[in-house]
Amino acid sequence: MSRSRNGWVLPVSLLFALLLGLVPMPALLQPVRPYWLALVLAYWVLEEPDKVGLGVAFLLGLVADLAFGALLGEQAMRLAIMVFILDRFRARLRFFPVSQQAAAIGVLLVNDRVVGIGIHLVLGAVQLPWTYWLAPVLGMVLWAPLHLVLDSLRLKRRG
Amino acid sequence: MPSHAGPPAARPGDVAGVLRLLVYLVLAVVLMVLDHRGGWLRTARAQVEVAVQPLWWLAGLPSRLGTSMREDAATRAQLARDNHVLRNALLVSGARNARLQAAAAENERLRALLGGVERRRLDVQLAGILDIDLDPTRQRLVLDAGAREGVQVGQAVIDAGGLMGQVIAATPTTATVLLITDPDHAVPAMVARTGVRLMVYGGGRADLLHATDVPLSADVRAGDVLLTSGLGGRFPAGFAIGTLGPLRPDDSRAFLEADVAPAAQLDRGRDVLLLRGYKPPAVSPAPCAAGVATPGCAPAAASAPPAGTTVATPASASPMPAATPTATREATP
Repeated sequence: MSRSRNGWVLPVSLLFALLLGLVPMPALLQPVRPYWLALVLAYWVLEEPDKVGLGVAFLLGLVADLAFGALLGEQAMRLAIMVFILDRFRARLRFFPVSQQAAAIGVLLVNDRVVGIGIHLVLGAVQLPWTYWLAPVLGMVLWAPLHLVLDSLRLKRRG
Repeated sequence: MPSHAGPPAARPGDVAGVLRLLVYLVLAVVLMVLDHRGGWLRTARAQVEVAVQPLWWLAGLPSRLGTSMREDAATRAQLARDNHVLRNALLVSGARNARLQAAAAENERLRALLGGVERRRLDVQLAGILDIDLDPTRQRLVLDAGAREGVQVGQAVIDAGGLMGQVIAATPTTATVLLITDPDHAVPAMVARTGVRLMVYGGGRADLLHATDVPLSADVRAGDVLLTSGLGGRFPAGFAIGTLGPLRPDDSRAFLEADVAPAAQLDRGRDVLLLRGYKPPAVSPAPCAAGVATPGCAPAAASAPPAGTTVATPASASPMPAATPTATREATP
């Protein structure tokens, strides 16, 4: 890990993930919108744990709550839980092949949906229809390409 | 902010990490509860939302660009065709409008004869919807106009079909609209045909409203059109809310409930109208004045929400009108 890195990729990718969460989609596709923020955050927790941890996840979650007009603290909680689990298994996850990593991310995204449902149950808020369970699947599929793109951006090409 | 202080190989029994997680979780729970219950946090939130406006602007950019490109690419023939169609539509509406104006003038005269209050003219402001997707569990819209354009918290928002919602937060350049379909929202309504008063709550989906606690004896049928009653002072009377679906007994069997199909087009991507200059009628002298053309004004007022309280705070809209049914419910079994 002695290669030089592009420092701007981290903030820009997170900002981009936020925007992707807001960009309008046709109503039919809305349920399968992947949780970009969680995906990008997961990448950074795995690759650069010194820069991205619980604190960043929490703050980012708060910003996302404000931006999406959601309950303040909901995504902060969901992302904090996700980052905590990722951080715990980081040593192992990092050396998984990408397919296994994707599976693990899929499980984490499903867990995230469960946490979200729990929060909504406790507060008596509206539950999303079942089609929203498809989003983790898409997130899982997108993990490999996302990993590739961010890797190539983050590590400066030589030669 | 370095969050992982340890060596790269994570130790399984990292107590400090767990403690940090717990602190963040507690913080999140406190925030959620405070935000859910409304109050000062909601006000503070509206202030902070100014900071995320650039994000909204950026996220809305692609669709704005798309629209402008489509407009640029439109051919002369297309424009001519559109123009023709719109001209015809305008002619038809103009003719209808002329007839309505005669009726309105007559109505005004009759009202003057009866000594009733005069109804103000409709003064509206056109505002674009910022084309972004907010949290799907909440029914909100962001408008492309804010306090700088004169948008105020509490303004009613309508479209050509009927009532859409109300402005709940206004920053200098944007405004957030709480749609009538949000579960936190309630509108005092009346049946256009009979004047029976109901409360209509949001159903949490873009195409669903609920009318609950309809008395068994009320003259209400499926297919009835619901209008705003003007009670509560937030919305002027006479705007279409929606059409009643089939009625069914509710859980207590003492009242009926029904789904309502909203009259307005509540999905994003259009322009909306903001009502201006509507001052809610003074609370004390004539609470009946707002609910024009409702027979039996005084007795109905007891079951209807008290003026000025119910809709003004969307989150706490339910307790008052629900008070009677709940009591009955507990008494029934």
